[in-house]
Amino acid sequence: MTPLVLTLHQRPEQRLDLSPLLPHLLAGKSANEIARIELQTTRMRVTVGDAFRLRMGDAQYIRLEGACDRLDRVGAGLSAGAIEVAGDVGIQAGRQMTGGRLVIRGSAGHWTASGMKGGEIEITGSAGDLIGGPLAGEVAGMRGGLVIVRGNVGARAADRLRRGMIVVEGGAGEYAGSRMIAGTLIVRRKAGALPGYLMKRGTIILGEGAPALSPTFADCGVHRLVAMRLIAGYLKPFSAATAALLQRPLRRFAGDMAVLGNGEIFVGNES
Amino acid sequence: MRTLTVKGIRVDDTFAEAFGMRATAVIVTADNARWARQAAITMTGFATSVIGCGCEAGIDRTLDTRATPDGRPGVRVLLFAVSTGELQKQLSARVAQCVLTSPGSACYAGLAGEESLRLGNALRYFGDGWQISKRFGGKHHWRIPVMDGEFVCDATTGLTKQAVGGGNLLVMGRSAQATLAAAEAAARAIEKVADAIAPFPGGIVRSGSKVGSKYKGVIASTNDAYSPTLKGAVKTALDADIASVLEIVIDGLTSQAVADAMRAGIAAIVKLGPKRGAVRIGAGNYGGKLGPHHYHLKDLLP
Repeated sequence: MTPLVLTLHQRPEQRLDLSPLLPHLLAGKSANEIARIELQTTRMRVTVGDAFRLRMGDAQYIRLEGACDRLDRVGAGLSAGAIEVAGDVGIQAGRQMTGGRLVIRGSAGHWTASGMKGGEIEITGSAGDLIGGPLAGEVAGMRGGLVIVRGNVGARAADRLRRGMIVVEGGAGEYAGSRMIAGTLIVRRKAGALPGYLMKRGTIILGEGAPALSPTFADCGVHRLVAMRLIAGYLKPFSAATAALLQRPLRRFAGDMAVLGNGEIFVGNES
Repeated sequence: MRTLTVKGIRVDDTFAEAFGMRATAVIVTADNARWARQAAITMTGFATSVIGCGCEAGIDRTLDTRATPDGRPGVRVLLFAVSTGELQKQLSARVAQCVLTSPGSACYAGLAGEESLRLGNALRYFGDGWQISKRFGGKHHWRIPVMDGEFVCDATTGLTKQAVGGGNLLVMGRSAQATLAAAEAAARAIEKVADAIAPFPGGIVRSGSKVGSKYKGVIASTNDAYSPTLKGAVKTALDADIASVLEIVIDGLTSQAVADAMRAGIAAIVKLGPKRGAVRIGAGNYGGKLGPHHYHLKDLLP
């Protein structure tokens, strides 16, 4: 399959909204029609043709080359097909995705995978704050799908996560898994202070623990659970190192007892 | 009745008559093969006949660690019943009393069907509020805290309406010993057939029945035509040289599985030969008007 390739001419003068560039929106469009699509976020009009060099191909597979952190909402609303990005992206990449696959060979900004419902996101670099989290005023964050971040993530990863899984191969900032409603967050390296802050339900797995755990989490001892084997089996094709972490005995903390208390934090190598 | 002879064994020119059933399958795993098997044996106990047990159940096959969802040793169990409602009732009761209770066990869907039965969705309430739901990779599991850790159970398992129950073979020999040897060989061969089980003890039933009785309210009674001690007293189906008869009843997820199991059973009896095993093979039917599935022995010969 020949991909449809968009190569960025230069770093744009304003932030661009790339959410119109989805396989189902570009399918059947000619090069001219695609070039006329507007991407600006200010009053200065910027079209695809202004910002990108376009090489036509099958719109089911879109490749963005030479991307930079001023490209916001890449893959937002993706429902099927694949988008692959070479370079960094801005905020809200993959927001409200329902299916398909988004690969970012670089780093992503804040609110990556925000409100995502399905599909897969892979980020080879790092991601900003509130990965999977809701925007202001939204009740829930991510509610399905799988996100893999090879690097680190910022603060409040998986904020208000409702369903789905976020796997961070690196470390996480403070308040990882804050206000989680359910779902699973795995941080293979060290997390910042107070993970699981006000989480109701859901599972947080921290490979290397966190510098401070809220006293509202109750130590439930060290276990090797069958449930971890199932998660490991699911994750093995995506992240073998994370799957290996899950095979180790993990200490379970139940909480956050300040709220519902049906959540859990598992800690690997205790620090 | 016309008979064929295969390697010295007489094969009746008749057919087994079988019925449509509802069936499901689950995979039971544990920390080791012994305990996976124990849970499955307990779950499939007292499940020989739908008439008296509510369902017919048995172990389909042993699964190694690569073939189970959690990478532990496991066993696939098949359950058959006459209605979806009864199957659901039996599945829930048996998993709750026999698998949930077994050390280190977990229970997963063993069949992908368009329709589903509740598995963990029915059992989760045992968790008393501490149960945890996990959905990923298109699967939905329940984690229920128990005294040795957690019981993990898929939310649902599949249901098939294409299942067939009541495939059978009648194994007849000159002595009880030889007949048992032939029936054992057939049961062992049927164990290896995928998607089929023989629900009676060790796969063999010695008290085959006929419909009705001289007594009021008794729906089934001894199959006198095949009882060797009544040979002279009733209208017998047995020859002078037959001293013992054993039956093998087969349930399968598909009609093909039942046919495959019967074929494997006949092949094993024929392989054992008339000297050490059976001298005649028959099958039970009701004249062909009750059950939609007919398995003619002459089509299943090795």
